[in-house]
Amino acid sequence: MSIIYFLIGCSVLLALVFLGAFFWAQKNGQHDDMYTPSVRILLDEQPLDETEK
Amino acid sequence: MSVITPETVTACYHCGNDCEEERYTIDYKQFCCHGCKEVYTILSKSGLNNYYCYNDRPGANRAKKDLQLDYLLEPSIIKDLVEYSDDDVTIVTFYIPHIHCSSCIWLLEQLNRLNPAIYYNRVDFLRKQVNIRFSNKDIDLKGVVELLDTIGYEPLISLQDVIKKQAFSRKDDLVRKIAVAGFCFGNVMLLSFPEYLGFSEHDTSFKYFFGWLNLVFTLPVTFYSGWGYMQAAYTTLKNKVLTIDFPLALGIAVLFIRSWIEIATNTGAGFVDTLCGLIFFLLIGKFVQRKTYYHLSFERDYRSFFPVAVQVIEENSERHVPLADLQVGQRIRVRHQEIIPADAILLKGDAKVDFSFVTGESVPVNKTLGEVIYAGGRQMGGAIELEVVKPVSQSYLTRLWNNEAFSRSQDDRIETFSQKVSKYFTVVLLIVAVGSFAYWAPTDMHRAIASLTAVLIIACPCALALSTPFTMSAALGIFDRNLFYLKNAAVVEQIAAIDTLVFDKTGTISIAGGSNVELVGELSVEEKDAVSAVCANSSHPLSQLICQHLGSASRDTHVTVYNEISGRGIAAKANGISIKLGSAKFVLAADSNAVADNGSLVHVIINSKYRGYFTIRHQYREGMFEMRKLREQYQLYLLSGDHNHERGNLSSVFGDENAMHFEQSPQDKLNFIEGLQQKGQKVMMLGDGLNDAGALKQADAGVAVTDNVNNFSPGSDAILDGRSLNKLPAFLKFSKDALHVIYGSFCISFLYNLIGLSFAVTGRLSPVIAAILMPVSTVTIISFTSIATHLAAKKRKLL
Repeated sequence: MSIIYFLIGCSVLLALVFLGAFFWAQKNGQHDDMYTPSVRILLDEQPLDETEK
Repeated sequence: MSVITPETVTACYHCGNDCEEERYTIDYKQFCCHGCKEVYTILSKSGLNNYYCYNDRPGANRAKKDLQLDYLLEPSIIKDLVEYSDDDVTIVTFYIPHIHCSSCIWLLEQLNRLNPAIYYNRVDFLRKQVNIRFSNKDIDLKGVVELLDTIGYEPLISLQDVIKKQAFSRKDDLVRKIAVAGFCFGNVMLLSFPEYLGFSEHDTSFKYFFGWLNLVFTLPVTFYSGWGYMQAAYTTLKNKVLTIDFPLALGIAVLFIRSWIEIATNTGAGFVDTLCGLIFFLLIGKFVQRKTYYHLSFERDYRSFFPVAVQVIEENSERHVPLADLQVGQRIRVRHQEIIPADAILLKGDAKVDFSFVTGESVPVNKTLGEVIYAGGRQMGGAIELEVVKPVSQSYLTRLWNNEAFSRSQDDRIETFSQKVSKYFTVVLLIVAVGSFAYWAPTDMHRAIASLTAVLIIACPCALALSTPFTMSAALGIFDRNLFYLKNAAVVEQIAAIDTLVFDKTGTISIAGGSNVELVGELSVEEKDAVSAVCANSSHPLSQLICQHLGSASRDTHVTVYNEISGRGIAAKANGISIKLGSAKFVLAADSNAVADNGSLVHVIINSKYRGYFTIRHQYREGMFEMRKLREQYQLYLLSGDHNHERGNLSSVFGDENAMHFEQSPQDKLNFIEGLQQKGQKVMMLGDGLNDAGALKQADAGVAVTDNVNNFSPGSDAILDGRSLNKLPAFLKFSKDALHVIYGSFCISFLYNLIGLSFAVTGRLSPVIAAILMPVSTVTIISFTSIATHLAAKKRKLL
């Protein structure tokens, strides 16, 4: 049963990694604009076809 | 080339306006004007035709544009506008009102295909901002703005960029605190389960382990996430006021200390998950309360309305000077459509100034040479030259901003309901806690301490602290849906408390510039010419409107006799025709039965014969005349910078004569509100322009009414879209409903506290009960407030 010490240690560590990732995202301004990226993803990058025109 | 028959009106491919006169056709596509065609050409040349794929007609109309951007070359101005600049790169953020669809996002993020000197651009759609990084060497700021303008996205440039400032102020670590608290709360809940479910005898070593691990989690929660409450409680104690922060901090402290003692001495399980949950929920409540419509700006002053730079004429040169550096005695040039930045004397040119910003009167006024023109007027003719007589900060209009109404903090204007209750709450809580301690102390000291701490734990007013933010934010969301945007949650309560409504006229209840003139009766062409020539002599707004309606008189019309009696009318002679114009009293016999009509009437007598009248109707916003119903519960006042020619029309809404005040200066308006407040009335001011800014600030609830919420509107507590003015009665009722929901949720919260206290005073509160009671009460409160608020909104037909 002492494996529990190890398991809990792992899970807390993993959770800390996620917390750190959240801090990093926050600091990088990823939560500053919650709307525009949702529109941006719908805009296709169509190949430039003006050369053929 | 065109395949469309001339009869059909086609919509412009770029902006969607009707293509009326000339046809601008290219690639089988119709454009309403040269500007739109130009934008299309630029885009298609650069292979940016996708712009038109995502939305139909996404462009802005480009018909008339005359940009003066030379000031963007002035280093001192550039310095204030850009965010960052070095030898190579400049970063700048522009506010672009036209951003409205996905095409806009797409195009604005493709700028580097139009000009490779632009490295990077990102659009923030909700804030309508674009962040641009460009190479200094290849393009300058002016070039960037011009580029934006050529594709139809003219930025609105103002030195007071409030949006930026707001974005900075939001950058505190509340979200991080919530993340830490949530992280610990989750872990602690998991680690507490075995404790609640019970350990078998040989697993007690886990109990220590879990207990100590739990204690480790309390450290960041208490000393990072919850520390703000301790500090707040400390400051409130120092100021000798009791707020809800005090019992909260007390609860947190007791939870923390008791948990440590119990676990360290191995006498119990502590209340670690209650502690973490409490702080987590409290911070969530704070976050919800903080939710504002940050893409709208509520804190604007004159600097957002005035030009960024002023053109100063020096001996033999002209240069652009930032507004703040403008000095008395300088000669400035103001062009068509530009705003006069400071009180100044007219030196040269034909001044026709629209003071609707300042007074609400929308008809342009002619000014003669040597006359002082007040700041805030908009020049409507050609360029004029002026000499500044007062610094910008002390001019007639901006003096308002030195008023104390602008410097005082907005948030402590009224004591909110929860603030009032929490005072008594704290006192009662302390009495119960000490009482239960005193009751047990003589017999059982251990139990006495247990019950004292248990009372402080269980009565910790978490639900109390949450009910207001959650109700208010639900209400805020409903207002938002109805185009009524509040600055923050506290404003709902301010609105619920008001008993007096003060309206501005032009732009607020009537549509600025929207008046129509109608002639009832027949006039020949010569007579019309004569009337028009006579009216041209008068500066009275009604004369000006009639003049506009009739068109300017032909050159050979001469006014020979002219006599204007102010407030009554004009008697004049033009081209041998004698004309009498004006009110019924003046023109007709005193007791004549003047035609009853809603609009203002100007009667006309030509050569002693009554020939009819002009009706001038202001266009009022929809539902304006429904406001009279509000008179049953509220006192209504009208404050207008305008002349009183609409008095009769408005009396059906505002009732007796004393309720309407005309020709009010911005300072008058502010003073009037202050006067009402001194009589103990709670005032809501509804206004639109710069001239109402002082009154809006002074009022208990200042509401800026605007046709376009993204345009500059004066600093206020709330912004109301003009289309929703008719919903004002519903808004007022609903804000009261929201307050009732808060009362209800307080009752529920007290009920939970009573249940908890009955456990606590007997000293039998176990961690399990605390751990269940706290989240259950929180969830009940949150769901009750949101459901009740939505039901109330349905009842008021706001949903």
